[in-house]
Amino acid sequence: MSEFLLAAAGFVLLTVAVGLVRILRGPANVDRMMAAQLFGTGGVAAVLLLGAATGAAAAIDVALTLALLAAFASFAFVKAAPGGDGAPATDRDR
Amino acid sequence: MNDILAWTSIVAVTAGVFFFVAGTVGLLRFPDAVTRLHALTKADNLGLGLVALGLMAQARSATVMLELLVVWGLVLVSGATAAQLIARGQRRGDTQP
Amino acid sequence: MTDALNEVLNLGIAVLILVLGVWAVVARDAFAAAVGFIAFGLSLTLAWLQLRGIDVALTEAAIGGGLTGALTIFAVARLRATEAAASAERPSVPTRIIAVLVAGAVTFTLILCVLALPNPAPSLASAVMAHIESTGVGNPITAVLLAYRAMDTLLEATVLVFALIGVWSLAPDDVWGGHPGIRQHADPNGILAYAARILPPIGIVVGTYVFWVGADHPGGKFQGATIIAAMWLLVVMAGLVDTPPVSRRWVRIVAAAGPLVFIAIGLAGVPTAGAFLAYPHGYAKPLIVIIELALMPTLALVLALLVAGAPTRIAKR
Repeated sequence: MSEFLLAAAGFVLLTVAVGLVRILRGPANVDRMMAAQLFGTGGVAAVLLLGAATGAAAAIDVALTLALLAAFASFAFVKAAPGGDGAPATDRDR
Repeated sequence: MNDILAWTSIVAVTAGVFFFVAGTVGLLRFPDAVTRLHALTKADNLGLGLVALGLMAQARSATVMLELLVVWGLVLVSGATAAQLIARGQRRGDTQP
Repeated sequence: MTDALNEVLNLGIAVLILVLGVWAVVARDAFAAAVGFIAFGLSLTLAWLQLRGIDVALTEAAIGGGLTGALTIFAVARLRATEAAASAERPSVPTRIIAVLVAGAVTFTLILCVLALPNPAPSLASAVMAHIESTGVGNPITAVLLAYRAMDTLLEATVLVFALIGVWSLAPDDVWGGHPGIRQHADPNGILAYAARILPPIGIVVGTYVFWVGADHPGGKFQGATIIAAMWLLVVMAGLVDTPPVSRRWVRIVAAAGPLVFIAIGLAGVPTAGAFLAYPHGYAKPLIVIIELALMPTLALVLALLVAGAPTRIAKR
């Protein structure tokens, strides 16, 4: 079972890596904003599978943290990208 | 019983990985940013759900099963929200080339 | 079979780390470089998982992926006005040659040093585990951070507060002491407001859980505080709450409280146990809990305000 889970983790990582290539190359910023989505799902799946394969019970906490912080990061991306709502820390507003 | 659980895990995780691959293929092949967003959000979230389901069958306690469910739920909510935000930003007109 | 798979996986993760690192440096567009940097943080998390450093993986996921990522992205947004000019700069050829030589020399020296490290590496792990009952905690990382090397943690927390003061000092004179960041106008029925109502309660529970479980399992105050800071920033980004003016008294009290309690406990250790930051016998666990409880709100507030940035709006009196 742990070999199978390791192999599955490897596949998921491969899809994340290939997706990253596409996203980072993507000509528009909207493509790059999707990066946080990619980790939120692919990264969390890889962490869960790796944790289950090695028997590390605390890997689920890492997955929880990653899910929450990836959510936060994706909203930050949308806010900060040009054409987005504007980052909370740009411009001076009286 | 253990065999059934093991087989459930294998089937669910394999299906999950298949959906991840499908999501990445969509990411690579779809012509438009919004369609790529579809592929990424829907396929990957479904893949994660199936992986979580497969791992739940391997879980040793109810707490772990609940945690897996919470992880999936969180990713669903945040994924849906982020996808909507990105798509609306796109519709408003991203002026970058 | 498992070992071979593990090796292949480790190799894959190593390649990913290298490629993303190079991308973060080489990318022309600052936004793309920042995204690459965050991806780099994620691949580091996976590497730590493979190395069985779960605490470090937790911290990398929280800080490296989430908080520093957001900080970098907001910095990129602030620099957007000058980005065109910065990208148009072209260093001369001699400058580039010198840069390549220096970078190459540093890399080469690092490679030599790493290859010359003793194998197996010297480790104090057995000494840590031999005395761990006297510290009262089960997680060796927490024991090292808060008992054996409490001084380092104290200095860490203090440095964070100083960094916050440094960030605040970047405010222009006319908005001194004001609100950080522009006021977000939320659509109260909008998507972001919806997410900012659903996620933070769960996030706070998870953050508190990660903090509490750090005594005996991977976790701790730093990761828990980061999660709570991220949830608060989420609510701010959705416009449901405004950032507090940095001149408010409660902000300054909470920011200073953690390190002050830590220092007080350290000073109390001098008469009772013979050295600064020594814990009297049998009191180690309660003192550690008090220190962690005092540091949690401080860390959460300081980390959140660090990302929020320097004041940009006048505080209304």
